[in-house]
Amino acid sequence: MSVLVIAEHNNTTLNPSTLNTITAALKIGPAVNVVVVGHNCRAVAEQLTHVPGLAGIIHVDDQAYAHQLAENIAALLSGLTAGYSHILAPASFFGKNVMPRVAALIDAVQISDVTDIVSADTFVRPIYAGNALATIQTTSHPVVLTVRPTAFDPVATAGGSAVIENKSGAGETGLTRFVGQELTKSERPDLQTARIIISGGRGLANGENFHKYIEPVADKLGAAIGASRAAVDAGFVPNDYQVGQTGKIVAPQLYIAVGISGAIQHLAGMKDSKVIVAINKDAEAPIFQVADYGLVADLFEALPALEKALG
Amino acid sequence: MKVLVAVKRVIDAYVTVRVKADQTGIETGNVKMSMNPFCEIAVEEALRMKESGKVTEVVVVSAGPAPCQETLRTALAMGADRAILIQSDAELQPLAVAKLLAAVIDKEQPGLVLMGKQGIDGEHNQTGQMVAALKGWAQATFASKIDLGDGEATVIREIDGGLETLIVKLPAVVTTDLRLNEPRYASLPNIMQAKRKPLETLTPEGLGIDITPRFKTLKVTEPPKRQAGKKVASVDELIDKLKNEAKVI
Ligand SMILES: Cc1cc2nc3c(=O)[nH]c(=O)nc-3n(C[C@H](O)[C@H](O)[C@H](O)COP(=O)(O)OP(=O)(O)OC[C@H]3O[C@@H](n4cnc5c(N)ncnc54)[C@H](O)[C@@H]3O)c2cc1C
Ligand SMILES: Nc1ncnc2c1ncn2[C@@H]1O[C@H](COP(=O)(O)O)[C@@H](O)[C@H]1O
Repeated sequence: MSVLVIAEHNNTTLNPSTLNTITAALKIGPAVNVVVVGHNCRAVAEQLTHVPGLAGIIHVDDQAYAHQLAENIAALLSGLTAGYSHILAPASFFGKNVMPRVAALIDAVQISDVTDIVSADTFVRPIYAGNALATIQTTSHPVVLTVRPTAFDPVATAGGSAVIENKSGAGETGLTRFVGQELTKSERPDLQTARIIISGGRGLANGENFHKYIEPVADKLGAAIGASRAAVDAGFVPNDYQVGQTGKIVAPQLYIAVGISGAIQHLAGMKDSKVIVAINKDAEAPIFQVADYGLVADLFEALPALEKALG
Repeated sequence: MKVLVAVKRVIDAYVTVRVKADQTGIETGNVKMSMNPFCEIAVEEALRMKESGKVTEVVVVSAGPAPCQETLRTALAMGADRAILIQSDAELQPLAVAKLLAAVIDKEQPGLVLMGKQGIDGEHNQTGQMVAALKGWAQATFASKIDLGDGEATVIREIDGGLETLIVKLPAVVTTDLRLNEPRYASLPNIMQAKRKPLETLTPEGLGIDITPRFKTLKVTEPPKRQAGKKVASVDELIDKLKNEAKVI
């Protein structure tokens, strides 16, 4: 059993979800290699050398991979998978984009969004917005897995001494051209890794109120800010704030939902949080059915009071 | 240019799904079925492309049992020109669906394929990327804006950190995200008219595609239920609980 993990990174830093994916990989078998594909991304490969328990790190550096275009990366990876029984990546927008393309190129089954490794051929994954859990078995080889990062603890990042092996690229497919990215800039913690998240919904009424009411509380708590789909669709906040079935899946220590009704698609993204707080003026809102602590209140009064009380 | 749109029939997004007592799957008896919301967005986008004059024909295709015809009729009522049903009662897994769609693409030769980013049932989020791979085409997933140009399309995609813009060479596969558009409703006259639009039926065997399942579902269970906690009376009580009981702040 030999396992290959595809690292997610931005050429300079490793995305932490890779560390959760490595934990899942180590549950399948002890021989885990990680491949870092990018451009001028040696630093990422070096970060990975410190992870204990890795069999090795494969580093592929080429201009063709500078922007992680699925066509180029999948063409390369499909040539690197020989000899591996399992190929894993985080079930992030990156993994979701690239891995099915790899799977189809090597005629492999993909199991998406795995939350538990039962054995080397049996996996658990949520379906129907988390309303059900399916236990899936496959005897098809190799198997491609995308892993839900929140379901696995991150592996340690000190003590290891894995060796980096350089491999050459597979060239440019010429199918897609990268134009640019518009990334949300924020000094706040990342939604993926934050200990505390405060999310706002349609109840906030506009984007200005996110600044006025949510941000001061987030500052006091050192929290990341999230949102419901309704808040994103209405343009209150950018798309990458969306938590839910089709947004980000989060599981912080504390999740505070403000002015969010608690639709199943929203719950799908946050119901594994350790402690959930709901602030909503409607005592019947479904969010209260999953909240450890519910405060029935007008958010425009409760949030300033919360900010003040936090000192 | 012809656009092919793949549509999936799923349990309606607003139905509360229930796991079967014997853990073999989801209760489907008497449950409202609809077109997958992401596929509706894909159909809408194709229709807008046709209305803008850049596209001449919109063909919709679905793979599954006979009732998928209803889903195809809905797409025809929205305005699609014709429909193809790849009829099968067998379980169709993503790679098999991708191969079926690739075979239909070979017959139809569309200039663009639009698909949903994921089915809200199985939530695989695979099929579009797989079709692109099988055809050796460009892909743009999670699209929130598509501009058709000459031999290429500019697509804005939703990614983890924000938005990304790509130019894909056509033909390509583009999968839709929620913010691409708001799908129209089919009007009653259009629903009547849709009954007369062509709907062709194909089979996996006829297309020469092996759809044998390659994984099996051992069981489907309910996730652990979260218990509703308590209501607190004030902001001060909330902070006290978070500090002293939950110990999270
Ligand atoms: C295919 C599909 C995918 C989806 N994916 C997602 C997803 O990933 N994430 C997601 O979040 N949604 C998703 N949705 C949408 C989801 O179904 C809901 O529509 C959405 O979550 C509602 O957002 P909301 O709770 O902010 O708005 P609403 O449901 O309108 O709720 C607003 C809440 O604010 C409260 N409120 C209003 N004013 C105040 C006030 N002054 N003080 C306190 N409370 C107040 C109200 O009582 C209400 O409960 C998806 C839907 C579909 C069909
Ligand atoms: N049986 C099917 N028939 C037609 N299209 C499908 C089918 N299954 C999946 N698709 C397409 O693939 C997209 C992604 O589905 P999935 O990969 O299953 O999450 C859907 O939104 C459809 O566009």
